[in-house]
Amino acid sequence: MTIILYTATVILLAVSLYKDKQKTVKAIKKAWKAFENIMPQFLGVLVLTGIVLSIMNAETISRILGVESGWLGTIGAAVVGSVTLIPGFVAFPTASILLQNGAGYMQIAAFVSTLMMVGVITFPVEIEYFGVKTAVIRNLLAFLFSFLVAVIIGWVHTV
Amino acid sequence: MKKLFIRYRFFLITLLMLVVLALVNTGLALKSFSITAYSLREVLLVIPPIFVLLGLLDIWVPRHTMVRFMGHGSGVKGVLLAVLIGSAAAGPLYGAFPVAAVFLKRGASFRNVFIFIGAWSTTEIPMLLFEYEALGPRFALTRLLVDIPGIIVISWLLGLSLNDSDRLDIVRKVEKLTK
Repeated sequence: MTIILYTATVILLAVSLYKDKQKTVKAIKKAWKAFENIMPQFLGVLVLTGIVLSIMNAETISRILGVESGWLGTIGAAVVGSVTLIPGFVAFPTASILLQNGAGYMQIAAFVSTLMMVGVITFPVEIEYFGVKTAVIRNLLAFLFSFLVAVIIGWVHTV
Repeated sequence: MKKLFIRYRFFLITLLMLVVLALVNTGLALKSFSITAYSLREVLLVIPPIFVLLGLLDIWVPRHTMVRFMGHGSGVKGVLLAVLIGSAAAGPLYGAFPVAAVFLKRGASFRNVFIFIGAWSTTEIPMLLFEYEALGPRFALTRLLVDIPGIIVISWLLGLSLNDSDRLDIVRKVEKLTK
């Protein structure tokens, strides 16, 4: 995936350079400025991710998701998903193992959905661009929506 | 110096948390540190090309083109484009915000920008393949089918919740960050 991203960037950069050197230099300057502007927030988010993931490891997550089933378990799963930041290629296999160990589909769906849509740790980056109000409403709506996703996924796995 | 301190205060707070953790539980702190180092490597690998693409987009895509395709009155076309571009992306959620900012700056509507963020967060195609493999077609496809209308409804509600001064505030923030 990263290779595709780099290839596309290099090709577009080359085309841009061929068409207009000055504009390309300006584009790169803009890129650097935008990166530098958000860097402090990125760094904070990365350290926070490290701390949260060291505490919320696979065992802790499975304990929370495995112990309680039903609504309490679903709420717990949604909260865990909201405060963690795990890349999908780690999260999905983990979720799969949890399912095999007896976790319910509803809980797993709540976990996966909030994991992707709700970002408590990335909140500092989000408010930098969209302000507190928008970020709070977006995350709240996404959190509530995840319960709908959980109920529907739970339901399709029972029929 | 003071300005630098304010800019980095969040980062400094997280570092302080790490130090406190180290005093309480050295093992956990070391683990946190190695996870942070690992994610930093990931970020430094993925983020630079995204920002270069953003710079190019900002310079080359004329405002009226963006307005026509994703602005007010772009209708279904704008919604579809927002879903497609967001879904084609791969990367953590925080990568979506700078991209969304440039879209907004270049004239995309708020609703379409929110749809884009939603699609980036949940219907990324590369991630969908992982999900399909790990959790099965029933799980992955149901989630996709529920998520697409869900994202559109959330974006619509989010758009409704913002008044003019909120919008102006966001536009100002975005202008400042993508100068």
